[in-house]
Amino acid sequence: MTALQAGSVVLRAEGISKVYGSTLALHGVDFTLYRGKVNALAGENGAGKSTLMGILAGAIQPTAGRIVIDGEAVELDSPRTAGDRGIRLIHQELLLFPNLSVSENIFAGCELRSAAGVRLREQERRSAVLLEQLGQRINPRTVVGDLPVGLQQVVAICKALAQEVRVLIMDEPTSALSAREVESLFSVVRGLVASNVAVVYISHRLEEIIEIGDFVTVLRDGRLVAEAAVPDIDAHWIIERMIGHDPETLFPHESRPVGAALLEVSDVSLLRPGGNHRLDRVRFSVAAGEIVGLYGLMGAGRTELLETLVGLQPRASGQVVVDGAHVEHKSVGERISRGLFLVPEDRQRGGLVQSLSVKQNISLASLDSLQTFGSLLGRREVSNANRVATAVGVKVADIDFPVTSLSGGNQQKVVVAKALLTDPKVLLMDDPMRGIDVGAKTELYRIMQRLAKQGMAILFTSSDLTEVLGMADRIMVIASGRITGEFSRAEADAQAIVAAANPRAIPQAA
Amino acid sequence: MSAQSDLLLRGVRRARAAIAADLIGQLKTPRGWLTLVLRLRAFVALITIVVAFSVISSDYFTGSNLLVMTEHVAVVAPMAIGETFVILSAGIDLSVGSTAGLVGMLTGGLLNNGLILHPLGIVVWFNVPLVVLIGLGIGATVGAINGAVITKLGVAPFIATLGMLSVARGLADLRSNGNTFPDLAGTSQDHNTGFGFLGDGTILGISFEIWVLVLVIVVAAYVAKRTVFGRRVYAVGGNERAAELAGIRVHRIKIGVYVISGICAAITGLLITSELGAAFPDTATSYELNAIAAVVLGGTSLFGGRGRIGGTVIGAFVISFLNDGLVLVGVSSFWQLIAQGLVIVTAVAVDEAQRRRESRVAASVASLIEEVAQSNEKVLTA
Repeated sequence: MTALQAGSVVLRAEGISKVYGSTLALHGVDFTLYRGKVNALAGENGAGKSTLMGILAGAIQPTAGRIVIDGEAVELDSPRTAGDRGIRLIHQELLLFPNLSVSENIFAGCELRSAAGVRLREQERRSAVLLEQLGQRINPRTVVGDLPVGLQQVVAICKALAQEVRVLIMDEPTSALSAREVESLFSVVRGLVASNVAVVYISHRLEEIIEIGDFVTVLRDGRLVAEAAVPDIDAHWIIERMIGHDPETLFPHESRPVGAALLEVSDVSLLRPGGNHRLDRVRFSVAAGEIVGLYGLMGAGRTELLETLVGLQPRASGQVVVDGAHVEHKSVGERISRGLFLVPEDRQRGGLVQSLSVKQNISLASLDSLQTFGSLLGRREVSNANRVATAVGVKVADIDFPVTSLSGGNQQKVVVAKALLTDPKVLLMDDPMRGIDVGAKTELYRIMQRLAKQGMAILFTSSDLTEVLGMADRIMVIASGRITGEFSRAEADAQAIVAAANPRAIPQAA
Repeated sequence: MSAQSDLLLRGVRRARAAIAADLIGQLKTPRGWLTLVLRLRAFVALITIVVAFSVISSDYFTGSNLLVMTEHVAVVAPMAIGETFVILSAGIDLSVGSTAGLVGMLTGGLLNNGLILHPLGIVVWFNVPLVVLIGLGIGATVGAINGAVITKLGVAPFIATLGMLSVARGLADLRSNGNTFPDLAGTSQDHNTGFGFLGDGTILGISFEIWVLVLVIVVAAYVAKRTVFGRRVYAVGGNERAAELAGIRVHRIKIGVYVISGICAAITGLLITSELGAAFPDTATSYELNAIAAVVLGGTSLFGGRGRIGGTVIGAFVISFLNDGLVLVGVSSFWQLIAQGLVIVTAVAVDEAQRRRESRVAASVASLIEEVAQSNEKVLTA
């Protein structure tokens, strides 16, 4: 790095710290951006990548530290001021208007105006030029919602390029792209770099960082842990630094006796309205006492698979057997009473009823066993809810408190307590560790181990390598709706898992 | 740089300790009068109305006037209570006024003309209890249709019940070609006398309408609070997806609340028709607005999942007592509309302010408890 001239640095963030309430999201981070280079940023969920990028893009104000552009300290107090400095962020969710045309999206917020209103023609002409530069033939009048995601990504890039760009931040740009779309995105990125733009590239796919990146910076728990020039390192180097701590201390694993298969899934398929497979002949089983991790990138079909198993996807085909009984034609409620329960991906969206108390949330899926002739048995509800809340260690003074008053980790425990009250044989957990702090992760994993020890079969999903490597007795990898790899705990290896999860590595299905 | 953030971290800890001390203080001392007023705002509004009108007119706060006003409440409140279930499920029922009108016309027709079976050339007469049951059944049917259109056809509740508002009113007009059934007294040879008791009768000196009100309140409050169905209504209204994942048959619950709403609207329709002694096709026109207003005044959230039957009852009292007071002191009906509108909007604005306030306090208290629990653990493990 000493070989680099000072002039090639376009932006330096120095000693950036960010405090949210009582947590320190960033802790004195230095981050340097080089002109005409791809500056990759790696780190696990919650490492502070998004916060740091938000600060660079002016959307978040740092609690301490400063940002230096061209040797001059600047204050980026809004996305607009950052934009005026040529810093543009392409958000992971793209944030386009699906109901507007390509050119209207590209010029949204910076419309070309004349006395007579917006100059639509001129916008379309310039959009066409921009798209042409990126080597894309898209009609600027096309409605964005009608484009495939890969082309929407291109539109988002054009939107950034419509104004002067010096720093382009791309947050997980490939998470929803196919292999071919990734290739064309990479050629766009190379073009940008050639025209001296500093690109910040955030991705979970380490092989992409190796392929496209020039420099890599690794964040962990809000701290900068390593920086390197990409030619000097490999994916394994990044993983080591991302994980940092020994997974064994975060997820203290102990082996358990494995019993008979409690969940058997065969030939489960789910078609998209368009005809493509969301799930393609998925087949696996999970045994009593086993904790199986399902690893997959965003859009690989993890959530769809779990939703299909519990009966939320009525159009799915295939067999689902719970403890010897077929449940594929049963309703969600019947599957719950057969012993299959899903702790859903998003607590706020599917796990909790925010307007109810802790107790009422816990008992929600077990009301049939808490009633006589439709009347609730109040005392039994209280004692049962207290029992499972204690079992999973929900920290609350009174279970009549509103559930929204709990922290993320505690809310997740409420969802698990709700599951336990239904007395499940198979517990499905969709990304259970998301958005909870490290201590709560360890605690939740202990609970999962205890349940498995008692003979439950547990299947959890994650897009986080540390989690699957640390928690699972067995790892399955899903990509493009298919199970593309399976590893025992002993043979599991980060690179092999990443390779199996990468759709490009899969031969196209006939 | 790291020294700087260590300093920050220390600052955060200190601030947190200060907040904690402050919160504990708040919990120990009695709540401020403002919080109390906010929490009991519907009650406060009711008392304010009673006091204000008592000062203006000596006829307001008399036993007989209070009884008359309560009878007025008893007519509207059942409809509002039914509407509460719908709104708790995050729906809305705009058809309750028309449903009441339709029930009034169909039961009025049965009492006046009987059921004429044309092909057989005979007329069937029903006694009053049966007529009342049929009336409630009609309400339930209208509600079931609403629920089916909303769940099975996926029509938004607002639109589905807006359609029913129009259809039910049209059917009510059609029943008599827009005319009134003027005589619901019945005859002794047809065994259908006594319909007037609903609106005018008394039991133990208290009007039958008030007994009905008490019964409806008790049953509705029990269903909402103490039954599995009630809990599921709150769950569906609070987070439909979470309810579905908990194995709740969301469609059934939704159809159920519209059926309840239809039955409650029918009760209101029957009481009005009996009180008037005649069935008019435009009975209870725009009553849905009063019903929704009472629900909202009572603190039930239009987004679903939050609210109480008792709140709606107080809301119904507020609206009725306000209107009757304005009539008593001779204020024009135009001003009544304006007053009612202002009361509703103010109520919701206050509701929002108070909810933000309470959730802030609850969240800080709970996080405090978690911290204490965690530090206790640390002490224990150390």
